[in-house]
Amino acid sequence: MGLTLTWLSVIILIPLAALFLKTFELSLDQFWAIVTSRRTLNALKISFGLSFAAACVNLVMGTIIVWALVRYRFPGRRLFDAIVDIPFALPTAVAGVALTQLFAQKGWLGAPLAELGIKVAFTPIGIFIAMVFIGIPFVVRTVQPVLIDLDPEIEEAAASLGANRWHTVFRVILPSLIPALLTGFALAFARAIGEYGSVIFIAGNLPNISEIAPLLIVIRLSEFRYADATAIAVVMLVASFLIIFLINRLQRWAQARIPVH
Amino acid sequence: MSMQTGLATSTTQLRTYAPATDVSVAAPAPRLEIARAEPVAARRNPRTEPGPIRLIIIALAIAFLSIFVVLPLLVVFASAFSKGIVAYFAALAEPEALAAIKLTLLIAAISVTLNLVFGVVAAWAISKFEFTGKTFLITLIDLPFSVSPVISGLVFVLLFGAQGYFGTWLQAHNVHILFAVPGIALATIFVTFPFVARALIPLMQEQGTQEEEAAISLGASGLQTFFRVTLPNIKWGLLYGVLLCNARAMGEFGAVSVVSGHIRGETNTMPLLVEILYNEYQFVASFAIASLLAMLALITLVAKTVLERRLDEAEVPDGD
Repeated sequence: MGLTLTWLSVIILIPLAALFLKTFELSLDQFWAIVTSRRTLNALKISFGLSFAAACVNLVMGTIIVWALVRYRFPGRRLFDAIVDIPFALPTAVAGVALTQLFAQKGWLGAPLAELGIKVAFTPIGIFIAMVFIGIPFVVRTVQPVLIDLDPEIEEAAASLGANRWHTVFRVILPSLIPALLTGFALAFARAIGEYGSVIFIAGNLPNISEIAPLLIVIRLSEFRYADATAIAVVMLVASFLIIFLINRLQRWAQARIPVH
Repeated sequence: MSMQTGLATSTTQLRTYAPATDVSVAAPAPRLEIARAEPVAARRNPRTEPGPIRLIIIALAIAFLSIFVVLPLLVVFASAFSKGIVAYFAALAEPEALAAIKLTLLIAAISVTLNLVFGVVAAWAISKFEFTGKTFLITLIDLPFSVSPVISGLVFVLLFGAQGYFGTWLQAHNVHILFAVPGIALATIFVTFPFVARALIPLMQEQGTQEEEAAISLGASGLQTFFRVTLPNIKWGLLYGVLLCNARAMGEFGAVSVVSGHIRGETNTMPLLVEILYNEYQFVASFAIASLLAMLALITLVAKTVLERRLDEAEVPDGD
């Protein structure tokens, strides 16, 4: 057991301690200057903004997918159920090149979209698409077990008390899914913020326009500007922790409001 | 602290979704069979939506999954074979490709072995003993899941890089960690650490310590107890953790990219070679390597589904 603790601290604690130690080598002014520089701010805005948008899409589409998978029967349902895990299992670099190829000007989807005047690859839309791809299993897999376990009697009771289907779904079923939905949203959001492999190929990576924060860290490292890289990393870490903390609070609040449990 | 606990809870929920997947297969069946047999009854069924809405929801789900998941997967194989099967195998037989495949297998072997051993020990410690700092330990185990892969790589650069904390010492003693195999292995171990421990902790907690206590009281040694009692009980969960750990170890990109240095034929793993070839417009070669990784992902998914069924079956007698 002592061995476990030692191993854990060697492999996890020491590296993370190094991250914060490095940050403390900077004066507050230096740290502030790095974090508020135009390029850093824009990268953070792009990462957090697009991740939020992608997580919202995941929330809506994830709910629809879960509903179809759990409540309905259609040909290929089990196959589609299994397919949901692919963004999890596919190495991110493979997802990155595949999505780029798909949405490039001559790609299967890129070509028809280009005729409509929509350019996806090498624009912020491409980043958004990659983030939607990477986030979908998180929402589906957190909400699915909850919808399966939902007590059928609640719906029947609502219906027999005169609620129409619309009311039953939006007033009775969805509210009891809210904690799971929030968890799925938070996980998808956090994953998208940190995502690197599946985004950088399709992003275009223009500073201030389509450059995500993780890429900026890599760029600063390749320029041997360790302090800059570390400062951006710390901001990302703290911001992600805060978001997850906030959503966790929200989730607990929602849980307490569910009348059924 | 409460912040981190919150994080741990959400990750835990993610990890525990898996066994429930199979329940979905069985659960809605009877209800809808009734609905199919008697359309009139379906309309009156308070638990379903009108037909057109049902169709729209199914269509939306299928369309979304097809565009965002099926098509990217198909593109990988279509692009890999776009110049024919000969070009495909020629690309895989390139010395650079072979070097990358070898390095990926080596890294996976190192990191899976180490994480297997320490994952079992960590799960054992957490589920069978009470000690102070247990919550902290669990949080620590979950941490790599919630950190950006780039940051996971960055921390090792800060430690072992030329300007890193151990950089000068390493240079003086001519030890190469960064931009060499040890650095890639370390970053991979960091990223894949949680898989084995996470798969085992709930399983071992559920089984409790009774069987182990019985074995010890009957005179078995600690090691005997582990290999004869504990290990058989957790074998499927262990395999599950190793499977996911291996898939991630072979496919890791961000963390490895930061520490590898991209030395051609030496420190490029398969995902890194996919990137390099793609940026050089060698699409067939890039997608040929990518297709191997995609196949690994598909095999992992199938094996995972089979194992989840095993785990569910194993749980049934426990519940009675």
